[in-house]
Amino acid sequence: MRRSSDDRKFRLSTGAFAALVLLIVIGIGFELTRQSMLSITKFGLKFWTTSTWDPVSGDFGALPFIWGTLYSAILALLIATPIALGIAIFISELSPRVLRQPLAYLTELLAAIPSIVYGLWGIFVLVPIVRKVEIAMGAKPALGVGMLSAALILAVMVIPFSSSVAREILKNVPSTQREAAYALGATRWEAIKVAIGFGKSGIIGAVMLGFGRALGETIAVTMVIGNSPQISASLFKPQYTMAAVIANEFTEAADELYLHALIEIGLLLFIITVAVNMISRLLIWSMKRRVTAPIIAPILEEAVA
Amino acid sequence: MTANLRRRKLFSHFFEILCGLAVVIALIPLAMILFYVIKEGAGALNWDFFTKMPKPVGETGGGMANAIVGTLILISIGALFAVPVGGICGVHLAEYPSTKFSSVVRFAADVLNGVPSIVVGIFAYGLLVMPVKRFSAIAGGVALGLLMIPIVVRTTEELLRLVPGGLREGALALGARRSRAVFGVIVPAALPGILTGILVAIARVAGETAPLLFTALGNRFWSTSLTQPISSLTMQVYAYANSPYDDWHRQAWAGAFLLVMIILTLSIAARLAVRRLERMNRP
Repeated sequence: MRRSSDDRKFRLSTGAFAALVLLIVIGIGFELTRQSMLSITKFGLKFWTTSTWDPVSGDFGALPFIWGTLYSAILALLIATPIALGIAIFISELSPRVLRQPLAYLTELLAAIPSIVYGLWGIFVLVPIVRKVEIAMGAKPALGVGMLSAALILAVMVIPFSSSVAREILKNVPSTQREAAYALGATRWEAIKVAIGFGKSGIIGAVMLGFGRALGETIAVTMVIGNSPQISASLFKPQYTMAAVIANEFTEAADELYLHALIEIGLLLFIITVAVNMISRLLIWSMKRRVTAPIIAPILEEAVA
Repeated sequence: MTANLRRRKLFSHFFEILCGLAVVIALIPLAMILFYVIKEGAGALNWDFFTKMPKPVGETGGGMANAIVGTLILISIGALFAVPVGGICGVHLAEYPSTKFSSVVRFAADVLNGVPSIVVGIFAYGLLVMPVKRFSAIAGGVALGLLMIPIVVRTTEELLRLVPGGLREGALALGARRSRAVFGVIVPAALPGILTGILVAIARVAGETAPLLFTALGNRFWSTSLTQPISSLTMQVYAYANSPYDDWHRQAWAGAFLLVMIILTLSIAARLAVRRLERMNRP
């Protein structure tokens, strides 16, 4: 009897720490809402649909930041997704066995490099290159800093996240899928397409995970996007993102309304990234659960090798 | 070979080459970044960088001694907070892997891992800066700790699961209580792995800038006080990179070089340790 009550105590006390992790996530949402109440009640929905950002007269609309965040993240995703998938396919399906580990490690190194180092490299190396390209293209304005630089740097930063998850997913696709395709006379690429089709939901999850990263990335983007709140589809114009405006103006926010407006932007960023991450994780999990490792696969794999 | 098959094979080769090309494309920025960080940073790194304080605007020379110490202090506070919370949470997930509560917590940890670090910074600001109206090392450290927690949770859980079930069963069969079996047998067996997980978490937050900007704030002077603003390598690099002075740019690169070296060393050490652990515990 004593033992079972001891076990219960153990379960409850470690469970309390586990509950703390849950509480942190809920706490962030609660705290951010509480600290942005002034702005929420004063501006309501108008906050998200107007573009004046005037701390002096106390008029705040966050549309340019939302635009800049979504636009830069989507552009980054358009660049990063084909590359990340190509990497995942190459490492898991095509590469010689000896190259697999080193290539996986090298591409993941991209995730280990700190944001500030990306930013430094962005200012002193990438931006001048982009400026030259812009001048060569006759683009106006040819500043170098702007949407294109931000999207490029974001793309490089999210590639390792999407590609490592996509690689995991492809590894989890039962080899019977590919073997069946080969047996029907498929070429290598056609067999890979079958594997991708099987892992589709997981791979979409991998891409969304990268999207979530791109939305919240702060320092590197702040350093190269130009920090100018305007809504424009131009690749070359300087723009602004939600994370960047928080990073730049938070310590300068002199009055309470200004601070609350900035925190409300943080709240929206939190809500969007949590939603994106939840969907992405659910997709990845559902994919993993669908895979029941077939007993026959390893035997076949050995026979083929 | 029919024309159709030939076409399909050609198509297949074409896409295989594209995939290889994707790897090359991704490795170009990696190589470029490492190249510039080494080229600009390694040369700029000198003894003064580690031992001297920042010089006033316009004067050349000086170093980042305060920022290096600040980074160490901030990481220590973060680890002191994140390791017990994340570690015990990981123990719970590994011990009761399939309860509904565990799935929810695991999900929450994954979601927390995806919350932008700047948002976590605002949270720490609201908890620890706002009530006392003062930026502090504690607030910065807690922000880093919050970012470490999900990584510590997941690595602890994964690595505890690598411990052979026989060890736990042996302990329980000898009459040990659950807590005794876990903390006396299973955790020690997984300890090198758990330490590795902590290294990974430190490597991730050592390079964070955004959550520190309005918690630790930065400080141009020497400070080791936990209740005062404190500098970090990342914030110092950020400030110097945005300045118009060549000598500060040089020091920014030196700081970036030092950061990259620290993080690479930590992550390579962690990787080697994990591989060793997997080999040790393979049935």
